[in-house]
Amino acid sequence: MEEKFEPKIIAFLCKWCSSAGSDLAGVSRMKYPPNVVPITVMCSGSISPNYILSAFKDGADGVLVSGCHPGDCHYIKGNYYARRRITLVKELLEFIGIEPERFQMSWVSAAEGAKYTEIIKDFVKELEPLGPQNKLRSNL
Amino acid sequence: MRKRIGFFICHCGINIAGTVDVKKVSEGLSKYPGVVHSEDYIYMCSDPGQSRMVEAIKEKKLDKVVIACCSPTLHETTFRNAAKVAGINSFQCEIANVREQCSWVHKDMKKATAKAIKISKAAIERARLNESLEPISVPVTRRALVIGGGISGIQSALDLANSGYEVILVERSPSIGGHMIQLSETFPTLDCSQCIMTPKMVEVSKHPKIKLLTYSEIQEVAGYIGNFKVKILKKPTYVDPDKCTLCDECTKVCPVAVPNEFELGLTRRRAIYIPFPQAIPATYTLDINNCPGLFPIACGKCADVCEPGAIDFDMKPEILEEEVGSIIVSTGYDLYGKEEMAEYGYGKYEDVLDGLQFERLLSASGPTMGKILRPSDHKEPKEVVFIQCVGSRDPELHCAYCSKICCMYTAKHAMLYKHHVHDGQPYVFYIDIRSGGKDYEEFVQRAIEEDGVIYLRGKVSKIFQEGDKIKVWGVDTLSGKVIEIDADMVVLAMAMRPSEGASELAKKLKIALDKDGFLAEAHPKLRPVESLTSGMFLAGAAQAPKDIPEAVAQASGAAVKAVNILSQDRLYHSPTIATVNLTLCTGCGMCVDVCAYEAIKLEEGKAVVNEVLCEGCGTCSATCLRAAIKVKNITPLQVHEMIKVALGG
Repeated sequence: MEEKFEPKIIAFLCKWCSSAGSDLAGVSRMKYPPNVVPITVMCSGSISPNYILSAFKDGADGVLVSGCHPGDCHYIKGNYYARRRITLVKELLEFIGIEPERFQMSWVSAAEGAKYTEIIKDFVKELEPLGPQNKLRSNL
Repeated sequence: MRKRIGFFICHCGINIAGTVDVKKVSEGLSKYPGVVHSEDYIYMCSDPGQSRMVEAIKEKKLDKVVIACCSPTLHETTFRNAAKVAGINSFQCEIANVREQCSWVHKDMKKATAKAIKISKAAIERARLNESLEPISVPVTRRALVIGGGISGIQSALDLANSGYEVILVERSPSIGGHMIQLSETFPTLDCSQCIMTPKMVEVSKHPKIKLLTYSEIQEVAGYIGNFKVKILKKPTYVDPDKCTLCDECTKVCPVAVPNEFELGLTRRRAIYIPFPQAIPATYTLDINNCPGLFPIACGKCADVCEPGAIDFDMKPEILEEEVGSIIVSTGYDLYGKEEMAEYGYGKYEDVLDGLQFERLLSASGPTMGKILRPSDHKEPKEVVFIQCVGSRDPELHCAYCSKICCMYTAKHAMLYKHHVHDGQPYVFYIDIRSGGKDYEEFVQRAIEEDGVIYLRGKVSKIFQEGDKIKVWGVDTLSGKVIEIDADMVVLAMAMRPSEGASELAKKLKIALDKDGFLAEAHPKLRPVESLTSGMFLAGAAQAPKDIPEAVAQASGAAVKAVNILSQDRLYHSPTIATVNLTLCTGCGMCVDVCAYEAIKLEEGKAVVNEVLCEGCGTCSATCLRAAIKVKNITPLQVHEMIKVALGG
């Protein structure tokens, strides 16, 4: 019998808002699928397009980037740069044939554990029908 | 050299071990490249847990450790300190968050265990490439700057000075005192505002540790926590305060009359003036924007009559350069103005006043010597309508926020009006009465019960002049009745907003603003007096609308925060900052543009990072096209390695 497809997700979280928000989901004992492995960086502004491409190349079926809400950046304006950069990356990914659903950006504050939980649940649900991402994958 | 890595996974009782098979993780990672020691323990953060780690580091000669446990926000410092005790650099200790981000959010043990292994491997990969770092140490300039000389700034300055630190207090108007010195009496005790304020103002002027710069503005701020360099523009007053004897002869001959700011336009002042009799510093100021000319040919009457020769037309603006270790910003508030609030006839009808103007009418030293008289015909108003929430709590048209103090001062106004005009009738239109605060609710009840103030719950729909009456149309939503009052005077409890120029100042200081333009605190609950810029603190209504006791409390809080810095010999700054590979750097300057802290400069065609200003956010690193700039211990190489193992297996 074929095993159920379990999408692999990398979530790049900024330390101050989104990682803290995902910590809050934990403290509140909310439950979400274990498909996502978080990588905490200092600021969403530090997430290079290379990180996202790397994740897809290394076999991610979905990539999430999450930072502080616009206007609330711990580093004043890093998330604005992130937003601009991520928009470009999204277009690039679509251009090279990656389904737009595979790459998401969200704003999760340190108080939004429930929002983080919902985002991960929805993301996994959206990725399941797509099957594995093989377009950029180098380790087939 | 091959790294010797130690791995430790904490059970956290059953918090981790209940969902993650810690034995399996520990065994699995014992075979992972570079790992020479792997163990699990019930409580790693306990003393025995930490000792196990310290012993393992010593015995197995570990040079890096990874602890899989709770979120790094909880125990990263604990384990880094333990690592230091064991003799390795604290930055060689990394945390894998397998509790908040794994065991607590999953149910399936097999899957949670697999994920815990991935998270742990990612932390090991990061640790493998970590550099040993020492905190960056900088000396501290043991002086403080306080911007704004209202009650908050005065309180902060006095607290700092009384703690033994030198303070520079900068105020842009000719006198300190702020809005509080304009008030008549203060709620809920009805203390005379000037009586409690002037001693503090005098204390500031006499304090040997306080350097008071009035009629001065901040021009430029450079530097960083512990070491700010500030340029202050001292505008010329054209009057030598040492020679001026306050004889007042100059104002008698000055031909100019302009609206008096201190009296909020209820009276006029001369071009040469003292803002109010108790002004500190006690001296006159020649307002150059309204003086016919500095040349004696143009006018010069004031200089002619000045016996001590205090008037000096040749006075020039001065730029003072000061070095300070910490900055407190207390720039206060302004009331919403007539430009924004036309619907209630403010600025159009003479007898429609704002709250501060009414304070001046109540004040014994005000334009009417404490008699309540209408500005239009100097008659005593017999029916006065007070309207709350003018501009506040109105997200569609004005400010969404509550200005917080208006419920209380309106009750005070209505009460004091009744004390002055015994046969008068005050009405208050309100949405809600918000009287949280010590003795505040009792005060409002006193206004209603003892002074017969009529409270009407509802908004005013229209105000217009008819004859010598001001017609007020509204509705009382509790009785459902339409209310029409032929008022003699209307007082609007205008919204508070950040003082004019606060946003420009915030830009110079690199302090963030909130959505309403107030200065943003670092954390709404736990860091309410700190700004997000290290070394700068907030006090008073500049941060949010607040009343006097709250402003004073925050000002003292800010002073203590400043003392936290000023009392140190040296300050330590996180060394995980950006660093430039000079070979790869092309000097394009893109990193300079995106840095929110102005921490990067181009020197001889290469980017140079100021290690104290850099906060290590890494936005420069993501921007650089040549991968020439990276943040220490979270480099792109480290992130790539983490991605690889996080997806593997």
